[in-house]
Amino acid sequence: MSARDLDRPAAPTALDRREFLKAGALAGGGLVIGISLAGCGKPADLAAKSTVGGQPVAWLKIAGDNSITILVDKSEMGQGVYTALPMLIAEELDVPMKAVKVIAAPAGQPYINVFLGTQITGGSTSVREAWGKLRTAGAQARAMLVGAAADEWKVDAATLKVADGVISGPNGQQRTFGELAEAAAKRPLPKDAKPKDPSTFTLVGKLQPRVDTPAKLDGTAEYGIDVKLPGMKYAALAQSPVLGGSVKSVDSAAAEKMPGVVKVVTTKSGVAVVADHYWQAHTARDALKIVWDAGPNAHLDSTAIKAGLKSAKGAALSARKDGDAAAALKAAKKRVEAAYELPLLAHATMEPMNCTADVRADGCDLYVPTQIQQIAQATAAGAAGLKPEQVNVHTTLLGGGFGRRLEVDFIPAAVEASKAVGVPVKLIWTREDDMTHDAYRPPAYDTGSAGFDAAGAVSAVHLKLTSPSVTARMFPPVVDGGKVDPFAVEAAANFLYDVPNVAVDYLRHEVGINVGYWRSVSHALNCFVVESFMDEVAHAAGKDPYEFRHALLAKQPRAQRVLEEAATRAGWGKAAAGHHLGIAVMEGYGTYLAQVADVSVEQGKLKIHKITCVVDCGQKVNPGIVDQQVSGGIVFGLSAALFGEITLEGGKVKQSNFDNYRVVRMNQMPELDVHLIDSSEAPGGIGEPAVALVAPAVANAMFAASGKRIRALPFAAAGIV
Amino acid sequence: MITLKVNGKSLDTDASPDTPLLWVLRDHLGLTGTKFGCGKSLCGACTVHVDGSATRSCVTLVSNVVGKDIRTIEGLSSDRSHPVQKAWLELDVPQCGYCQSGQIMAASALLAQNATPTDADIDTAMAGNICRCGTYPRIRAAIHRAAELMKTGGAK
Ligand code: FES
Ligand code: FES
Repeated sequence: MSARDLDRPAAPTALDRREFLKAGALAGGGLVIGISLAGCGKPADLAAKSTVGGQPVAWLKIAGDNSITILVDKSEMGQGVYTALPMLIAEELDVPMKAVKVIAAPAGQPYINVFLGTQITGGSTSVREAWGKLRTAGAQARAMLVGAAADEWKVDAATLKVADGVISGPNGQQRTFGELAEAAAKRPLPKDAKPKDPSTFTLVGKLQPRVDTPAKLDGTAEYGIDVKLPGMKYAALAQSPVLGGSVKSVDSAAAEKMPGVVKVVTTKSGVAVVADHYWQAHTARDALKIVWDAGPNAHLDSTAIKAGLKSAKGAALSARKDGDAAAALKAAKKRVEAAYELPLLAHATMEPMNCTADVRADGCDLYVPTQIQQIAQATAAGAAGLKPEQVNVHTTLLGGGFGRRLEVDFIPAAVEASKAVGVPVKLIWTREDDMTHDAYRPPAYDTGSAGFDAAGAVSAVHLKLTSPSVTARMFPPVVDGGKVDPFAVEAAANFLYDVPNVAVDYLRHEVGINVGYWRSVSHALNCFVVESFMDEVAHAAGKDPYEFRHALLAKQPRAQRVLEEAATRAGWGKAAAGHHLGIAVMEGYGTYLAQVADVSVEQGKLKIHKITCVVDCGQKVNPGIVDQQVSGGIVFGLSAALFGEITLEGGKVKQSNFDNYRVVRMNQMPELDVHLIDSSEAPGGIGEPAVALVAPAVANAMFAASGKRIRALPFAAAGIV
Repeated sequence: MITLKVNGKSLDTDASPDTPLLWVLRDHLGLTGTKFGCGKSLCGACTVHVDGSATRSCVTLVSNVVGKDIRTIEGLSSDRSHPVQKAWLELDVPQCGYCQSGQIMAASALLAQNATPTDADIDTAMAGNICRCGTYPRIRAAIHRAAELMKTGGAK
């Protein structure tokens, strides 16, 4: 994986140099625009090589019957990619969204995320990665269609008009895209077809209804858990209660006699009970007598994990070094120091993990809600004893992703079970399975030190972050050779404040269990640390936390602007009687945000009245979806800040369901005020960043209200909610 | 053999009587619009109407609803014309959408009993329905909007 720093995608519009847009003819007459790898030869080869898993390799197909199909190579997990990405193509083609059919792309190299080097929906990259390539694909298709019409009518292409999928000539000639598609496909790919100037957009930037909404209102939307295949059986999986344990022995005699049970299959991930119906499999699972080998984590518990992070030794890696923070701290007239702790967190997607596999001797179809198609494909192939290209990945809708579905741990058992019984098998985890077998968000122990010089200015900030690395497990080459995990130091390495001496160090400390990418990844850890700490520094300086930040952001106009607008909208300095405000600001995924929490504290209990969030995410594709992602992100961050904590005892996760892993509910919702700034900057990511600012904004408000500084999450652990 | 009345139709199932209604609907009757979220009456994803009341199908044994009027998301309307569905569409409520069948069934049961719910009524009626995507503000707005649609004749 050639990961790049997601915070600084060098050029969202640039295609990876190994790849080229290609155009070709569709069997049956039509135009197809896609991407293919260097080495595939001439553009004309595209049509010949245009299938992966039986589906054409393309983003865009215009067929003779005027149908326009757009393949989306990102998974729809609620973040709106099935709407926003097709909008980029529809804009260039000048067709309304209702004329476009959207389907999921298969797994395959043509669909890799060029920011991340493999097919991934994550890192809030979807729009940023598509921005250049899909608009270019649309522009090229349009130029080819226009060129075909101009040739036919023997007129200058510049005199033609395009609207609603119809090209009109100067003398009233008209042709539909479908009528022109075959001729267009024979033309060379235009080198000079430029996407529209954003000032001429008619669709992008305007509110568009989501294309996936209707099916989500009447039960017809198909998630992984809803897949139904002829002859399909259902499976429930018993996994080692101790994380990392394995099956020592199984007595399945009683379970096998239970109604509907087809077979009990011992897999590498645990014991799968396959039955005619899910509830039969689930019930029979309870009748299994399994002796587990607890493995290395038999004595692992949360207190030891916390203590280990706190006392971790070893050489920290530098993630940022401006000036000499150590010397400046030594010379400082006054110092501020603080330490912060963050817990393990579960993803708790609403749809529990599940996978449906149909393994045959010569291949496998995998129906899976996944964010990582090629790795899902390779994982299934390994479990089935097939080659990756023999596995067709069908990406269903995802009932939430949040990074959980970048993991593939729920796939092999479904494949092994299907292989063992010779029919398709749908394997479903219970909520308890899901809660107790997650790849949890990394816990952390982080410290901040700041110094003031004789004039009272902040002369140095040193942050030391200690946490396990997700990337070291998932994409080891990224950290090979002693490199810092870029996804462990977000929102810290890009420290925004104008301080002459800044050091950000990262100490990787593993904790014995798998940790995973969790919506907003390390932004949520480090924004809590940085924005809580800078609040402490402001108070130590005797300054207003907003004014203090504002002054130190003079060289960061986008950050300063969102900070100003958030303060103004939330009435900074003018809180209602008994109310107190806290503020936080961040840049992440190329997006700038500020949040203000309005809280009161009565008898030591925190009440959050309102959260104001101002966002500059650059050019917006669909403001409705941006608003959804920001407000949804705030709710996600609020659940974590208030309640989120996974604890272990004897290697077992103690939380099991939504009663002991609480999340925010309707009756706990503060008022939200989300405001999006108009901006023509390049698009920033929007699915994740809003999550990260909630905890520090609320913690800072809590301090303003009560003088109590919360340095460990969640708030519930401090007894204030 | 158990006979159920689902969405106005009589449907037979060979599911064992102690099977939760949720799994009978999903696996035996093919009505997968009703979702599994927790299995313990903690999240509301599985909400259906039983004789008009919002009911968690994951903890309702199928034997207990024989002869009762069961309505699922598939039967709320035949064409997404229920005022709650219309309001949800107008406000583009869903994100991942997984919780939304349950949210819509809970909201429609609320509105059937209380045509003009206050925010406090909404809090009480909807607190059992988790949305991990955080669509709560739009759900609240859409319930008020559905109430308006019902008043102005959008109701069926
Ligand atoms: S699945 Fe029934 S309440 Fe959660
Ligand atoms: S829309 Fe995703 S859980 Fe509610």
